[in-house]
Amino acid sequence: MTTLALRRDGPGTITAPGPRRRLLGLVAALLALLALLVLSVMIGSTSIAPSAVWDALFHPAADIDQFAIRDYRLPRTVVGLIVGVALGLSGALIQALTRNPLADPGILGVHAGASFAVTVAVGVLGVSDIQGYMWFAFAGALIVTLLVLALGSTRQGQSPVVMVLAGVSVGAVLGGAREALQLTNPAAFDAMRSWNAGSIVGRPLDLVWPILPFLAVALVLALAVSGSLNAMALGDDLAAAQGVRLARTRVLAIIALTLLAGGATALAGPIGFVGLMVPHVARWIVGPHQRWIFAYSILLAPSLLLASDILGRVVMRPGEIPVGIVTAFVGAPVLIVLVRRKKASGL
Amino acid sequence: MLVLRRRRVAVRLDRRSLVVCAVLAAAVAAVAVLALMTGSYQLGPGQVVSALAGGESGLVHDIVVEWRLPRVAAAVVFGAALGVSGAVFQSMLRNPLADPGIIGFAQGSYTGALIVILVVNGSYLQLVGGALLGGMATAVVVYLLAYRGGARGFRLIIVGIGVSAMLGSINTWLILQADLEQAMAAAAWGAGSLNGVSWGQVVIGGACIAVLLLLAAMLSRPMRQMELGDDAAASHGVRVSPTRLGLIVVGVALTATVTAAAGPIAFISLVAPQIARRLARTAGITLAPAAFAGALLCLAADYIAQHVAPTPLPVGIITVMLGGGYLGWLLFVEARRRL
Repeated sequence: MTTLALRRDGPGTITAPGPRRRLLGLVAALLALLALLVLSVMIGSTSIAPSAVWDALFHPAADIDQFAIRDYRLPRTVVGLIVGVALGLSGALIQALTRNPLADPGILGVHAGASFAVTVAVGVLGVSDIQGYMWFAFAGALIVTLLVLALGSTRQGQSPVVMVLAGVSVGAVLGGAREALQLTNPAAFDAMRSWNAGSIVGRPLDLVWPILPFLAVALVLALAVSGSLNAMALGDDLAAAQGVRLARTRVLAIIALTLLAGGATALAGPIGFVGLMVPHVARWIVGPHQRWIFAYSILLAPSLLLASDILGRVVMRPGEIPVGIVTAFVGAPVLIVLVRRKKASGL
Repeated sequence: MLVLRRRRVAVRLDRRSLVVCAVLAAAVAAVAVLALMTGSYQLGPGQVVSALAGGESGLVHDIVVEWRLPRVAAAVVFGAALGVSGAVFQSMLRNPLADPGIIGFAQGSYTGALIVILVVNGSYLQLVGGALLGGMATAVVVYLLAYRGGARGFRLIIVGIGVSAMLGSINTWLILQADLEQAMAAAAWGAGSLNGVSWGQVVIGGACIAVLLLLAAMLSRPMRQMELGDDAAASHGVRVSPTRLGLIVVGVALTATVTAAAGPIAFISLVAPQIARRLARTAGITLAPAAFAGALLCLAADYIAQHVAPTPLPVGIITVMLGGGYLGWLLFVEARRRL
């Protein structure tokens, strides 16, 4: 058992749990996620028995319940899983990168770029379906993050504070332009108020596959830089002394998090809270160790998203609440209870 | 560094900060005259100055002093208040992303306003009351939830994130459920606007803000010491928890005063301290340059929103774009200088 006396928030030091307990926790999180995946297919405006779910997946027939499962609940569950994984991992990356507890994956301009591009697509170009939105959102997110990266870089590399401020400034300009466009265009306002809420309904699986390769690349990049990010938590100078190439690590991490957050936003709209909350909770469970934080975030974030989505279907039956609205209600109380414990630490 | 001493009071002034404040003040005066000149009835600078000095009567006096001046004065005073309230929060939490929104004020006041507009369908006064009540109640709840043997900065940030996210969800839901016209009206209020600001609001708001700015100035020394960390500040004799509570109250009250009169003009409090810091090249956040930067930003944004934009827009939208763009430009120049 090692005691890591890193930054303290309260009296006493952080005690990181040993590898066995971390692994047990990881298995528990995995089981919870699997259970939620099954529940997400079963529960809805009508509940469907597990055996019928099994039949729908492996013995297809022309039955109304089976249609509900194959065309509606299954895509929704898959989208929830993918978006959740992407949000959790991108949140862990941005927090490791900036060491700012206020930095969410949208801070480098992903949400602002995506929202602005979709507003232009709706308000100016007259795009009206989710297929059209998706690529505008993805392209907007990538272009704007590149702009922020260019603005926040010097020849010495990137300072996290300057990067974050560059993201804030670019996001502000685009956000203002988007709002001006919306307030003068009722059709755009109407379309954007539902897109902005964040939802995983009505995204057919055909829409998901083209995004997956980007997310896979990002996942590999994230795991590749996780060791370097660990060293960078000690400060830039110490990390450089250990042989970490700071600029390269930062750029790779930013590419990874942009692809992840951009892909998630393209699929589901700007869901803000998950990427902010889950890595905090993961760090409080496993201590300051990036690979473990990544692993926990990858499992906990889709669990939060799916649990919220299920809750959103149940509380107002037969109506539904978009998942982006429910996540805060499920996650925030947990976050507040956890941070009130003495153990919770800063970044 | 200039030091003014008079008996027991000593004021230390940084020379570059002084110059920056003077330049910003001159720019505020110039834009103010320009704003007083411009409108459907154009005036010359001479007419404006003489009207301000009391030398004009009749129509010119009415246009300048009764119609246009309240709005200009409101932009300057409210901008300064927002700049200082952001500076207080950024310094206290040692975080460049902090503003009174952190403690939930912005989302809470928007929730209050949305409930009045969309659910109760109330009057303008009820709207203001709802916004203030919502914002204040949220701030109190966040502070109490974060309090545990003293409210530490990090815990305040995390609790603020959680509560703000929940209120933000409620706001999104309310906007989603409302009919389109009402939702757009609510969103326009949410952007912040100086339309219909009267002398009464400016005088009352200005008096509140003057008192609060004085309190902020009195708290600024312990505030700077707390930038070193709670432990270091405590060892210098700063009473950390009461000081932090005082700073929160002053910062939130400044924002609340502005919100009551003009709606939530949010972004100034985030960006003005950062712009001021880069112009004055100070090591930490300083209050006076932030106040002048906020005033100039708000005034210029309101001028653009009224006279330059193709359709008149809420000032909040222009402040976001102007402030964001200018901060981006400063970062760009700073990066090139370091090459």
